[in-house]
Amino acid sequence: MTVTMRALLGATALCAAAGWAQAETLTIATVNNGDMIRMQGLTEDFTAKNPDITVEWVTLEENALRQKVTTDIATKGGQYDIMTIGTYEVPIWGKQGWLVSLNDLPGEYDIDDLLPAIRGGLTVDGNLYAAPFYGESSMVMYRTDLMEKAGLTMPEAPTWDFIKEAAAAMTDKANEVYGVCLRGKAGWGENMAFLTAMSNSFGAKWFDMDWKPQFDQQPWADTLNFYLDLMNNYGPPGASNNGFNENLALFQQGKCGMWIDATVAASFVTNPKDSTVADKVGFALAPDKGLGKRGNWLWAWSLAIPAGSQKVDAAKKFIAWATSKDYLALVASKEGWANVPPGTRTSLYENPEYAAVPFAKMTLDSINAADPTKPTVDEVPYVGVQFVAIPEFQGIATAVGQQFSAALAGQTSAADALAASQDLATREMTKAGYIK
Amino acid sequence: MARSVSTRRKTLVTILAWAVAFLIFFPILWTVLTSFKSEGDAIASPPKFLFFDWTVENYVTVQERSDYFKHFWNSVVMSVGSTLAALVLAIPAAWSMAFVPGRRTKDLLMWMLSTKMMPAVGVLVPMYLIFRDTGLLDTRTGLVIVLTLINLPIVVWMLYTYFKEIPAEILEAARMDGASLRSEILYVLTPMAVPGIASTLLLNIILAWNEAFWTLNLTAAKAAPLTAFIASYSSPEGLFYAKLSAASTMAIAPILIMGWFSQKQLVRGLTFGAVK
Repeated sequence: MTVTMRALLGATALCAAAGWAQAETLTIATVNNGDMIRMQGLTEDFTAKNPDITVEWVTLEENALRQKVTTDIATKGGQYDIMTIGTYEVPIWGKQGWLVSLNDLPGEYDIDDLLPAIRGGLTVDGNLYAAPFYGESSMVMYRTDLMEKAGLTMPEAPTWDFIKEAAAAMTDKANEVYGVCLRGKAGWGENMAFLTAMSNSFGAKWFDMDWKPQFDQQPWADTLNFYLDLMNNYGPPGASNNGFNENLALFQQGKCGMWIDATVAASFVTNPKDSTVADKVGFALAPDKGLGKRGNWLWAWSLAIPAGSQKVDAAKKFIAWATSKDYLALVASKEGWANVPPGTRTSLYENPEYAAVPFAKMTLDSINAADPTKPTVDEVPYVGVQFVAIPEFQGIATAVGQQFSAALAGQTSAADALAASQDLATREMTKAGYIK
Repeated sequence: MARSVSTRRKTLVTILAWAVAFLIFFPILWTVLTSFKSEGDAIASPPKFLFFDWTVENYVTVQERSDYFKHFWNSVVMSVGSTLAALVLAIPAAWSMAFVPGRRTKDLLMWMLSTKMMPAVGVLVPMYLIFRDTGLLDTRTGLVIVLTLINLPIVVWMLYTYFKEIPAEILEAARMDGASLRSEILYVLTPMAVPGIASTLLLNIILAWNEAFWTLNLTAAKAAPLTAFIASYSSPEGLFYAKLSAASTMAIAPILIMGWFSQKQLVRGLTFGAVK
């Protein structure tokens, strides 16, 4: 009996020891987009190099993911070892002390190779709190054939006035061709991402140095009136319901002359499998108004480790792998340079093979044209190009977005929408204690 | 004459019923159709109804990318588990409310229902903290508990309504014959209420299967059910409608088939007591 008991105990101890030595599992929360799905497919390369680590993925739609990871990090739930977050969350969470600093990534990672605009957006008080997986900006995509038919040439860096002229010349409502397609659906990441970036080029800003909302100032009136004029005369019908996907569908079916949106769209509109206009698309920088800022945004999906994580070392190993130069080369070797996650490293853009990829240069120029730490013409107290990196922004901007969307739908006037936005933003900012 | 009018009326009603049924079923039909389209055809305008290049590519992609059976099993465990747990708790509760009501029974019933009126997100953070401290985050046990609790008011209400239809005299007779409380509920009440219990069970399984707030927010990788499986195919920037439709079709197929086979029981239960 004692012998059996001992044998059992010994076996149990052995099993426990084996379990101990077994792989450490990283749970990674991420968004559903092409580059991330590709990374999941390539995980084997990482686990082969790190046999003591296994990886579990939680893939979700962007808004569902944001809600989940925000709940988890705010309550220190500890469900995730690595979170995919954007340039909006990083400054806020970094300041709260919710993220682990990545300044000590190994030397071969080459932190200084990260694009300065992107790195700046992910750094708080000198600490890099997330490593960029891919960066994106916005730009003008246009139909080369319609532009030619209109007798115009798209400059590499157009002005808003040129966009209006070209939209007027390309619009052919009888044949369901609309000069310009822009976001109209309400939401802080929908129409407000576009309009906030656009307003920067018009010299507008969300808040002055005392955090007072600025919707009662002329630059915002100029921005909104120009946008409404453009969309009402040359935009598709029902534009107040259009977001990225709706405009993508319209553009792919040849119904838009121009579309100003995320650089990631370039690969969709030039893909002959889905797009009827794949061989007739040109690219240009987002427009400006001659004030020194362009109307493009800057976003980087990045990998971060929640503070208090029990698996910081393993998580850092994964992040160093997924955002390294070697990972870019790995993707290139398997799927070609066009599928490499763009917009994070200087060395990628110095690579002659990558320079041959269409829209590579345009993406880099767009990213470099945006500076999250100095987003507007005038000085502002906040960080962020198409957003303001404060927790209250999501709520306020969605409410403002509803006002602007209503103005586009013709339910209210531009002046009323701006006045209502000024009121609601002032109320919320006072309540949150920014305005004394 | 009277006969012809009634025939015409019958035809009209039949047509109307079919039209309404088609209208209700259309979104599901459209999802299934879209799941067989290419991403390009899925967003085509005007929409393509039947004449497109049929493909199963989306199902292959979805199957390659995620573990359907893991999510499916989680859905089965949480919906069946929570329903059985809710029935075990609700049958005695509904019995006492239906046959031995107290002064506050009506208030109690209303209060139970009122818990359904609060938006779930209002208690997300406290629930999350409780789950964190009890180690229930991302576990099937945690999901069974939370789904039992959120569906319990509906189960009690449904059973209460069915039990009220059963004459108390029958139970009284059983008691007079010397039946204990346990055998009264088990051998007299339950067999008579089988249609009601069955439809409550089926409806509750469907509700639990489709629950998409708690199941999304309280799970991560291990206990994620089919709702999380669907959510992983949606995206604000990208072409995903066909793949999303394929994932949705795979997620609703089991419950649709279950509903199809048990529709007689469901209808019988739902109309129980309506016509006497």
